Amino acid sequence: MYLTDEEKSMHAGDEGEAVAAAMDLLIRYGEALGAERLCETRNVAGTMTQPSPAKAKLFAEGGWAKSYAVINLDCDDDIDIPRMKVPTCQLQHGFGEEIQGLSAYPARNIELQADAESFFSARGVNVLATCTPYQVGNLPVRGEHCAWMESSAVVYCNSVLGARTNCEGAASTGAASLTGKIPYWGNHVPENRYANRLVRAETPIRSMQDWGMFGYFVGDAVQEDRPAITGELGQPIIDELKHFGAATATSGGVEIYHIPGITPEAPTLEAAFGGHRVPEAITYGAAERRKVYEALNSQGTSEDVDFILLGCPHASLTQLADIARLLDGKRLNPGTELWIMTPRALRSVADRNGYTAVIEAAGGRLLTDSCPAMSRTAPAGTRVFATDSAKQAHYLPAILGIEAWFGTLEECVSAALTGRWRGELAA
Amino acid sequence: MSVVMRGRGIVPGVVEAEALVTSEGISGWGGIDSSNGTIVERRHELVGQSFTGKVLVFPSAKGSSGWSGHFQATRLMGTAPAAMVISVMTTKAALGAIVTRVPTVIAASPDPVETIRTGDIVRVDGDAGTVTIVSRAGGSAPVGS
Repeated sequence: MYLTDEEKSMHAGDEGEAVAAAMDLLIRYGEALGAERLCETRNVAGTMTQPSPAKAKLFAEGGWAKSYAVINLDCDDDIDIPRMKVPTCQLQHGFGEEIQGLSAYPARNIELQADAESFFSARGVNVLATCTPYQVGNLPVRGEHCAWMESSAVVYCNSVLGARTNCEGAASTGAASLTGKIPYWGNHVPENRYANRLVRAETPIRSMQDWGMFGYFVGDAVQEDRPAITGELGQPIIDELKHFGAATATSGGVEIYHIPGITPEAPTLEAAFGGHRVPEAITYGAAERRKVYEALNSQGTSEDVDFILLGCPHASLTQLADIARLLDGKRLNPGTELWIMTPRALRSVADRNGYTAVIEAAGGRLLTDSCPAMSRTAPAGTRVFATDSAKQAHYLPAILGIEAWFGTLEECVSAALTGRWRGELAA
Repeated sequence: MSVVMRGRGIVPGVVEAEALVTSEGISGWGGIDSSNGTIVERRHELVGQSFTGKVLVFPSAKGSSGWSGHFQATRLMGTAPAAMVISVMTTKAALGAIVTRVPTVIAASPDPVETIRTGDIVRVDGDAGTVTIVSRAGGSAPVGS
């Protein structure tokens, strides 16, 4: 892989041991990929503060510097960690103090994370603590090279914003933060961004649930490919594309999609394919829609629901307003818990607007920073949960060993109020 | 003569061990439990099976960007596979293999997922970029020998 003089100098240690280790990882990574060179980035979204058993062990051995060296740089040396060279944010991580008393989430994790936040904040990391940095101020410009983790954020960044990022990991983002470099490969290269598959909706995609299910179908159908989607789509809003993209990156590995006439790199169908031949469409009709619904609802038998999870990916103010409206003046079923996940920055607006008060008066919890899947925790005794997120319905049963129902927001709130699942697929 | 598959060696080193093969992509986050080295994704054909100390042969690294971190955790927890053989090159696969620090060959031909069977003894040479079936499951000589 070609290296500039500046990159060689970094690798030689001229900017310190940590930068040298970061460059070493980028070289190993870039060469594994077969990248021709690195490119510059000034927008990194990674993870350092999320507690884990491995991280706790490394922290005990040598503090957060040791943890960053091993986990974020793949380096076993004892090195100091300097200030991040380029703007870097922390994505979703574990829960903070607000979880205490709500689940068996370990108090030690809360302490460790608070300590890590101090360490990394002092080194310039913005603790956005959300899977949706684009909802709280990190909005890269079209064409900008980024180094982001979090599959739902990556697919949003590429597809909806037209910025360029691969699906990075803790080590590559850690190295990018200290160098401002990332391999020029994959989605950074314009030719690799064109669609190579076509999926056409032949049934209307008109609700959050429809967008989530359609995304789950598209991901399964195209796996790692780059779909253009057409058909009976209507005009999506941000929340619908957030759910759509998250689902494509759950059932498959979609990192970029195009919606001709809507997303920025696809003014037309032909443009989405970069002038290459448009392939025959994979079709999504009523039968496929029913099949996706049944797949997502094949993970439960009991209709007694004891936990409702909303806000995967983290909820917007629009979603919080909808939830507050449905809960206004009502009370949750005793024995059923409702958690709603949102970024802390939006939580502060929800507090101000009164959404939080309405949700809490009904017995729900508006939580930040994390989610049950990330933190592997749910209310004590949870056996059956329900959600409006295809992503969470996919992952949480495996992570916690519980049953799952997938439905609309209204069905989820109804289950929270009655303790019974009554979901069915609308025609 | 043994069956040899040639691809791109992305993490150096040579390992010979029993293969665990799947035709389905593997998720890191929500797909494996790094504390015991098992596949946990409910709808996965290998659910409940341990990959620790085995040559894990699979088509793709799918799902969350936590993939590399979860496989790195298998190294840190002592539950890592002995080697990896992955059909499709992605950032998750490349970075995940590097931080797991086990010999890894990507995009080998003929396709290892079709060629290797669970229980075969295979040698993964991350320097040469080759995967060799040393003996077939049950002790018989490999097809083509």
